[in-house]
Amino acid sequence: MQYKTNRLSSVIEWGTLLSTTLIVCFFLFVIIWEIVSKGVSSLSLEFVSKVPSAGMTKGGILTPIIGTVLLTLITALFAIPFGVCCAIYLNEYAENNWLTRTIRASIRNLSGVPSIIYGLFGLALFVQALQFGTSLIAAGLTLGLLSLPYIITTTEEALKRIPNSTREAALAVGATKFETIKDVVLPSAMSGILTGVVLTLSRAAGETAPILFTGAAFYINGTTGYLNQEFMALPYHLYMLSTQHQSIDQVRPIAYGTALVLVIVVFLLNLTAFYIRYKYRKNEN
Amino acid sequence: MRYKTRISIDILFKGVFKTTGFLVLALLGGIFAMLVYNSISFFLDIKPLDFITGMEWAPTAKTPKYGMLPLIISTTFVTFGAMIIAIPLGIGTAAFISEYAGSRLKNILKPAIEMLAAIPSVVIGFLGIVVLSPGIANIADLPNGLNALNGAILLAIMALPTIITVAEDAIHAVPNAYKEASYGVGATKWQTLRKVIIPAAAPGIIAAVMLGVGRAIGETMTVLMATGNAALIPTGMFDSVKTMTATIAIEMGEVPYQTTHYYALYAIATVLFFMTLFANLVGEFFINRFRKYHAV
Repeated sequence: MQYKTNRLSSVIEWGTLLSTTLIVCFFLFVIIWEIVSKGVSSLSLEFVSKVPSAGMTKGGILTPIIGTVLLTLITALFAIPFGVCCAIYLNEYAENNWLTRTIRASIRNLSGVPSIIYGLFGLALFVQALQFGTSLIAAGLTLGLLSLPYIITTTEEALKRIPNSTREAALAVGATKFETIKDVVLPSAMSGILTGVVLTLSRAAGETAPILFTGAAFYINGTTGYLNQEFMALPYHLYMLSTQHQSIDQVRPIAYGTALVLVIVVFLLNLTAFYIRYKYRKNEN
Repeated sequence: MRYKTRISIDILFKGVFKTTGFLVLALLGGIFAMLVYNSISFFLDIKPLDFITGMEWAPTAKTPKYGMLPLIISTTFVTFGAMIIAIPLGIGTAAFISEYAGSRLKNILKPAIEMLAAIPSVVIGFLGIVVLSPGIANIADLPNGLNALNGAILLAIMALPTIITVAEDAIHAVPNAYKEASYGVGATKWQTLRKVIIPAAAPGIIAAVMLGVGRAIGETMTVLMATGNAALIPTGMFDSVKTMTATIAIEMGEVPYQTTHYYALYAIATVLFFMTLFANLVGEFFINRFRKYHAV
């Protein structure tokens, strides 16, 4: 082949790959543009500080915001200690035998289980077997279970990065294994663990399927936030406003506003994670 | 602190850490037991073969029919459509990021992919309703655009970040010596990519696709909101479909506790569990194969 045609075809080839990348970026752009351009007009201080009123056609989204914050808090309180302890066991204590390999395999499988199945499990375990009823606590624990495999995996990655010499130094001056983990290993792995935790929580905050049958409510009048009662949450509120509400066209601006707030919450959590990771990498160098 | 107390604290916490490890096993066991237990209750009423091969899903009809074939076909159909869109885009993007993009462009593209992955599925489903649905209705001259095509496009968007990230890792991990050898015999960049890098990264790319498939099969909110949810066997991309996940999500809220219909939804979940498990296991198999070949 001539050199010139060769050069032309290499431009075409480069263009093909570039265009696939541009299409993917275009998807992201459309999603963000649509949500921001149409949601920003409903966004106001009033929107995030007032409860829904007049059959949710007026007012703000304070109730679902409170619900999502509390829900994520319960998820964090349950999944972080549980997940971090499990990661410590796997990385610091467990020997490489069939039992450890089984535990690792089940963690990988758990992270592939569809979120709707976690919803069914939460319904069977928390709502029915443990008699919590459809409630904030049942939904929070369900999301906690969903988050566990991610927290374990990211925490273990962070623990792996701590060199063994660090542990040996602590053990050599007489610290017990637990003291070594508590005072030396965990503090140095903290930023890595935090990054994983925040990313996981941002996922949990946006999940809808697991809370469908475990406690998310169409509408709550008045006070909210009791552990044993149903709650409103941002993702469920968006789902409900866009498919279940009796006057869908009338509430569309509120739906856009809710979507924007949800996306902002998730992106802020992601930015926090990136910031922690960035600072950590800088300190490492 | 006294030495004895320190030792007992040490032993105590070792026990705590170990217990959490076992509780994770119990969690997977619990999910599995729940699925099996409720499915058995269902299969006492309905023959498994009738369930899997039944052509009609009408659990609320006068004579209820529990054939889940339309749901399996719907899920497969939408997932297949999503992959037709997502595989070329995903591999192309992965190849571009890994082989063509400079480091500055990489620093923009990688966070962009992570942003796409971070968007909640309910938001993507919402856009399926407000953007894609009117668009499809306009182009194809339909009353509404809530159909398999809509769901497939949305699922492709949901699966893309997974496919791109895993495929990019695989392409990136191909040893430089392979490329240098290819350039050395006079191959162009494109020829090297197609004939050397992609084949060498193939197990990793297959893994990426299978993990994307697993993600698409299990995705609930987007298909629930965007596919129209008619439990019929689809004949084309413009037909409305009702996937397995959407069926569970819609009907679990309405069904009376411990009825055949209630158990039927758990039986669907069991089939769903095994389908995603299969996709993920195949993905994992290829990732391990890839690691074996390219271990440094």
